[in-house]
Amino acid sequence: MGYPHPSHAGEHPVLSKHFGDAGARTFDGWVKRGGYEGLKKALGMTRDQVVEEVKASGLRGRGGAGFPTGMKWSFMPKEVVKPHYLVCNADESEPGTFKDREIIRWTPHQLIEGCAIGAHAIGAERIYIYIRGEFTHEHRILLAAVDEAYKGGALGANVFGSGRRIDVVVHRGAGAYICGEETAMMNSIEGKRGNPRIKPPFPAVAGLWACPTTINNVETLAAAGHILRQGGAWYKGLCRGNPKSTGTKLFSVCGHVQRPGNYEVVMGTSMKELIYDMCGGMRPGRTLKAVIPGGSSVPIMTPAEVEDCLLDYEGVVAKGSMLGSGGMIVMDDSTDLVYQVMRLARFYAHESCAQCTQCREGTAWTTRILEKILAGKGRREDLDLLLDLADNMTGKTICVLSDSCAAPVVSAIRKFPAEFDAYISREKQPVMVTA
Amino acid sequence: MTPELVSVTIDGMTVQVPKGTSIIEAAKQAGVLVPHYCYHPSLPSPAVCRMCLVEVEKAPKLMPACVTTVAEGQVVHTDSEQARKARTGVLEFLLINHPLDCPICDQAGECELQDYVFQEGQAATRYGEFAKRYNPVEDFGPDVLYVANRCILCTRCVRFMEDVAGAPVLNVSERGDRAYIGIDQDQLLDHPWAGNVVDLCPVGSLISKDFLHKARAWDLDKTASVCTGCSQGCNVMLDTRDNVVVRVRPRPNLDVNRHFICDHGRMHYRWMNRGDRIEAPLVREGGRHLATDWEPALVRLAQLAARGGNTVILASGSASFESLAQLRALVGKATLTTGVQLLLADDEQPLPGVPGLALRHERAANGTGARLLGYGEDWNAAVKAASGANLVLLLDVTLTDAEAALVSGAGAVVVLGTTLAQALPAAELVLPVTNVAEESGTFINRDQRVQRYRQARTAPGMARPAWWIAAGAAGTDIGTAAEAFAAGAAMVPALAGLTYADLGLNGRLAGPPSRRADGVPA
Amino acid sequence: MSTAHAAGETHQPVFVGPTRAQLEALFPKYPTKQSVLLPALWLVQEARGWISEGALHEVAEVLGLTPAYVKGVVTFYTMYHTHPVGRHFIQVCTTSPCNICGAEEVTKAFLRHTGCGELGATSPDGRFTVIEVECLGACGFATPVLIDDDFVEGVTPERVAGILQGYK
Repeated sequence: MGYPHPSHAGEHPVLSKHFGDAGARTFDGWVKRGGYEGLKKALGMTRDQVVEEVKASGLRGRGGAGFPTGMKWSFMPKEVVKPHYLVCNADESEPGTFKDREIIRWTPHQLIEGCAIGAHAIGAERIYIYIRGEFTHEHRILLAAVDEAYKGGALGANVFGSGRRIDVVVHRGAGAYICGEETAMMNSIEGKRGNPRIKPPFPAVAGLWACPTTINNVETLAAAGHILRQGGAWYKGLCRGNPKSTGTKLFSVCGHVQRPGNYEVVMGTSMKELIYDMCGGMRPGRTLKAVIPGGSSVPIMTPAEVEDCLLDYEGVVAKGSMLGSGGMIVMDDSTDLVYQVMRLARFYAHESCAQCTQCREGTAWTTRILEKILAGKGRREDLDLLLDLADNMTGKTICVLSDSCAAPVVSAIRKFPAEFDAYISREKQPVMVTA
Repeated sequence: MTPELVSVTIDGMTVQVPKGTSIIEAAKQAGVLVPHYCYHPSLPSPAVCRMCLVEVEKAPKLMPACVTTVAEGQVVHTDSEQARKARTGVLEFLLINHPLDCPICDQAGECELQDYVFQEGQAATRYGEFAKRYNPVEDFGPDVLYVANRCILCTRCVRFMEDVAGAPVLNVSERGDRAYIGIDQDQLLDHPWAGNVVDLCPVGSLISKDFLHKARAWDLDKTASVCTGCSQGCNVMLDTRDNVVVRVRPRPNLDVNRHFICDHGRMHYRWMNRGDRIEAPLVREGGRHLATDWEPALVRLAQLAARGGNTVILASGSASFESLAQLRALVGKATLTTGVQLLLADDEQPLPGVPGLALRHERAANGTGARLLGYGEDWNAAVKAASGANLVLLLDVTLTDAEAALVSGAGAVVVLGTTLAQALPAAELVLPVTNVAEESGTFINRDQRVQRYRQARTAPGMARPAWWIAAGAAGTDIGTAAEAFAAGAAMVPALAGLTYADLGLNGRLAGPPSRRADGVPA
Repeated sequence: MSTAHAAGETHQPVFVGPTRAQLEALFPKYPTKQSVLLPALWLVQEARGWISEGALHEVAEVLGLTPAYVKGVVTFYTMYHTHPVGRHFIQVCTTSPCNICGAEEVTKAFLRHTGCGELGATSPDGRFTVIEVECLGACGFATPVLIDDDFVEGVTPERVAGILQGYK
């Protein structure tokens, strides 16, 4: 299957196998498609065995950081003294990313199964699925699926007769990008402003309500069911590039490609193949100008960098950017990069939680300078100023929202100076910026 | 138990500090002040201002000194190029929306933003052409104004109200650069300890209405004192301008009041500046009080004291330990009844976040000192005894009309008073004494901590400390507050061995020496 | 019971009857009452369309929080309305991925067809309020628009008039 486009031959659908198939949405439908086998298998294993299986798979966090999932689970205390919690991060808010939404929309039980496996692996009885407030449709689907999962025995006091208790609470966000940051998410669940917390303490030591907590992305957890069912070795074998990046990954491709959508490929597939073969390349008469490969928070790539880039954690880093969440924003030659960088800066300024000085003031100031350049009032020194502000905003705050604002600005100025020069030299007509 | 020590090198100076100490506190031990805004030693640290970022060798990035704890062998550079650039960057970010209205800001001269910008800020703005954020001034409550435009969102005020006062009436509202400190529209910042947010605010954003435009910080003289508002004995600073007390602020003492005082104590100073003072010794002659010099006045007092018989002392519970002691010594051989005015109130107002800290029922500062000297607490009984006494000595007490009538029935009345209102017409002698702002002395608080206060303003006219008057009349050779303390301490076994110099700025506990060593009340 | 407050209006309690039951059902799901704050605010908004000062005080009271605390939280999350909005609340995503696909034209079309005139304003008939919103998380389906609880994908300026037909 596939949605909104049929699967391409170059894809390797595992998570997305049933996208577009409304029959997979129900409990029975999911079971009929081999679902919940992974969970049943996991319930027959010890916590350690599940963790080892996931470690063996090489699965890494799909939310952006790429931290090995099995290792993260192994950080949870062996003995359950205080309650352990699993938080599923379904706050997908990174501009360019829309993969988790599809997982929930088509295969909510894929996620619930993964969540239950994760909960078992870390000794948690309760899972909070934090879904962003804007996902109204997916919220309803998820609530219905959780109900069904309770009725079907996949959740509740005695999951599939194992004696294990696993509960799911769906917690709805209310409009705050930063709540996708794991510590901010915990604050939000606790009924607080979504301010990121200082680490240490790390969530595995003191997370939700100061109890040991693990936070995993939707896609990461969804993969767990398949890994348990088919084995870590199988998953590890799915690799076309660096052996440290294994399995399949959903790439959300948006912007100026002919067929935007989610594409699931084996790690290490070429970026060019994804953009040109699977997504159909640029619109007729257009050429590629830039790609932001991992959600809006990562450095922008030039067409030359895209040319031989491999889609895995290491491959994108080698080209000066990051794989991030796999949300790929493709921009053709019609794009006004200065304007789009301003939009991104404005996004971060809008979403800054207001805690750290550099972020609160820096994101807003950066936006204003970019607006000024667009209005035809820029000077060459403004670019130096933007770079210096970016330096002051990078690596200095509690979370990386500030860094995320700086990254596209710096990379755009460094890699696409002509775009800025055109405004500064008044070659290009000023743009009226509406706030 | 001795805490485990770790050794850390900060800007080239190696210090040993207890394990778990933050870098910012360890740096103080090394004589280094790491600039900071959100950190405060009496509040939880959110590490949000990012001003205290320092370079820690082997760490991948700059670390916030307020929440990073020391590790054995750690090497910290607070003044490396990286750390300096980070601070300069934060200062610039803080200034872009700051009004720079220092000329009309009460905080100028004691503003941490001003200080650090002066120290290492940039000379010129790079923000130039953009408008600054604007929010109107908000009236937060009885004594606090919020000047939002000056706010740097360090959140000390929010944390104080939430974590220390236990009354979260302040919040951070909105987010990003639109954020400001909010208060519920139906709520006032009228918690009995709320005034501390003004002191905690590192800039001129939360300001005191009481102090508004009263003085520039650099015109103030600051004197270490002790609050007379109750028996807690909070350490305070009396700020004077041109010999007038204009502000009371907490003076840190971790064992008594940490960094806080209550609003009752904060506002308890106007009486120190009263103009209706007794300025010269007055002797009653032919139904009138005539001013005289100290020598004849002391001779007269000595004569009255020497008469013996039933003598009554009625004293203020906020009189100094030295004065209470010398007054007692003066009438040593007589049959003595004493009463001390303790000003008992119905309510007690604790500060929940600091155990052992409260505005106490007993609204006098030195009740414990008086009790240790054997003063009686039954005020009414003492007043009643006064009516038939040979001699009554009044020390800085204001009597009701009924009490004055009873006291006036005594054989002789001597008033040692501050204000003219205390000068009873029937008094043989009316002697001008100094108030707490005008003398040096000690109080003993409810936990038996002996604490010194210093003279903050010159006394009016010929006013003298009451101990000087009593000692003079007794012919005792006591010329300084230190000598007066020593003489008083000799009368109280619990104070044996304590000297005035020992008391320092933070006081010492009375009691056996073992109790004094650890500084913790039993 | 009604709570009077500074604005002078009288607040009719939200947490009565079925809404109270919904609130009560939330408590066992969290170890603290404070944690029920976000869901409780959602209940208020679902019932009333926005979160008034009176409702805010009511939420604070039922959860044992101070109104100031609740206000700090409410103003953090952009989906909670602290002012009344039109009968239908329209949020158009205009962040970069949608922006390069023409999202600003979609916004203009909504403003034109609803009669709102400007962003954040409510149309004279009280029917609509239109705002721009940052990333709705459906970048591959540019331009996504959230109308009340309906998530509409692939909106183009041409489709706007037809879509609005469904919202009276």
